[in-house]
Amino acid sequence: MPFVTFLAGRIFKALLVIVAIAALNFLLIRLAPGDPASVMAGEAGATDPKYVDMLRARFGLDQPLWKQLALYLGQIVQFDLGFSYRNQVPVIALIGERLPATLLLMASSFVVSLVLGLGLGMAAAGVRFFGRARWLDSAIMSIALIFYATPLFWLALMMVLVFSVQLDWLPAFGMESVGANLKGWARIVDIAQHLVLPTLALSLFFMSVYVRLARAAMMEVMTQDHVRTGFAKGLTGGEVLRRHVFRNALLPIVTFAGIQLGQVAGGAVLIETVFAWPGIGRLMFDALLQRDYQLLLGVFLVTSATVIFFNLLTDIAYRFVDPRIRLEGGAR
Amino acid sequence: MSGFWKRYRRNWGAVAGLAILLFVLLIALFAPLLYPVSPWQMSAPPLLDPFENSAFPLGTDMLGRDIAAGLVHGARVSLLVGTISTLCAVIAGVGIGSLAGYFGGWIDDVLMRITEFFQTIPQLAMAVVLVAIFTPSLVSIVTAIALVSWPPVARLVRAEVLSLREREFVEAARVLGRPTHLILFDEILPNALPPVIVTATLMIATAILTEAALSFLGLGDRNFMSWGFMIGAARSMLREAPWLSVMPGVAILLTVLAINLAGEGLNDALNPRLRQRGE
Repeated sequence: MPFVTFLAGRIFKALLVIVAIAALNFLLIRLAPGDPASVMAGEAGATDPKYVDMLRARFGLDQPLWKQLALYLGQIVQFDLGFSYRNQVPVIALIGERLPATLLLMASSFVVSLVLGLGLGMAAAGVRFFGRARWLDSAIMSIALIFYATPLFWLALMMVLVFSVQLDWLPAFGMESVGANLKGWARIVDIAQHLVLPTLALSLFFMSVYVRLARAAMMEVMTQDHVRTGFAKGLTGGEVLRRHVFRNALLPIVTFAGIQLGQVAGGAVLIETVFAWPGIGRLMFDALLQRDYQLLLGVFLVTSATVIFFNLLTDIAYRFVDPRIRLEGGAR
Repeated sequence: MSGFWKRYRRNWGAVAGLAILLFVLLIALFAPLLYPVSPWQMSAPPLLDPFENSAFPLGTDMLGRDIAAGLVHGARVSLLVGTISTLCAVIAGVGIGSLAGYFGGWIDDVLMRITEFFQTIPQLAMAVVLVAIFTPSLVSIVTAIALVSWPPVARLVRAEVLSLREREFVEAARVLGRPTHLILFDEILPNALPPVIVTATLMIATAILTEAALSFLGLGDRNFMSWGFMIGAARSMLREAPWLSVMPGVAILLTVLAINLAGEGLNDALNPRLRQRGE
């Protein structure tokens, strides 16, 4: 299949998923207890009848159901995610303003967790491979086991407690120093300092997932014939490990890492809440507090779209990385 | 059965996990006897340090609520939500996975697309949206967690059924003219069960973490004290009274760790041949 057909197919599939999520959003509002318009308006504050009427008009609540859905989808296609009554701003504007911070946090956590996880997982499999220093394998697996069982948000709080409150090494809140008005390099350094704790807190859980995966993938490849062949033709253990084991183990790990992105996005909601990180996860938490359901559903849609977009990118990347993948259904 | 226990016992981590789990289970069962007063009750001066007053061994929070009582009652919610939501997810996953695997064709296609869809969506975000819109209660929390966690079971069961349905004993049952649903329930599913049990055990751990995250975000059922809520409530006191957030977190960590360890032991005991695979 030529690349263009493949790309078009994948993009179409991604769009279909986004439309399905939008439809799911619509369905949730309809299924929620109570009048959809007042559910959207929120229980706590927005009882302004004008606003409720505006919502009725927006969803055409007197029209047949399919027409309402079409209306809603039509608006989403035009990037109209509704109006946040609480903030007096369109939802899309709020999200657009916050999205870069979340993307930064997700990207840095993805890289850090993958690098740490791959490194430790390979080390664990490596010492088993050479039959040396078994304690290292046990130590790495124990660390992975513990971080796998630690609630993300609690780990984040404990990091604030140790590194901000007790040691005062790193800032605990926000993305930039308030009122510092830094420019250029100084600003980048400032943001980087703010980024350290949220990134670590979000990464350690996923690191533990990747450690297990990397170790398992490496050990599976180690039993294969071409590894024995590598030894037979006189390569050293390190060479076999690098050239025959690691390369073959890498792809399934990265495939799985791509699938995990949705969970990273979910974890970002918790981490941003703890660190007051000005991203869409924090926005979701604010929407929860204010019962601003238009905003809540908007954030959900955009978060899902982000994940789908990154999945699409990984799918395309494979096509260049692995010649064995001849498209049909991808790497799974 | 004795062979099973022998294999399980070999993994000392799994035995330790089982011991912790039994301890938490006992505490959860006897919570009303241990602490008959509601954990929401303001029963002492606020912010008592742990080990200061023997009547309140773990101290009190900013509203004078007994931390020990909160931990004990929180164990109930964690275990309850964890097991029931996993049970629902497993039933849904087994149903969808076995239909897809056994019938194949367009049924398989449709069901697997739906499964992929639910796997792509950020799970925690979806659970948050579901619970928020259907108002937080034990029922909505359990439903939301079940709804975001069934896909892996469906995929696993589908794969098992796909390989089992071509086996000779299934062919034999088909030739004998046994009805389809009986072939599925009597011949195929019992053989697909061991990996499902292991996965389900690990899912309970994830469900407990999700429940804690939801109630941390303020989406817990306000009729029941939960560990996640305790951490969320203690957040603002992190500087003044860190132990308020430390203790419920340790409780979650230990419980989840224990379940994961027990799950691994179960895996070793149920699938002795797969031991070396590491997953």
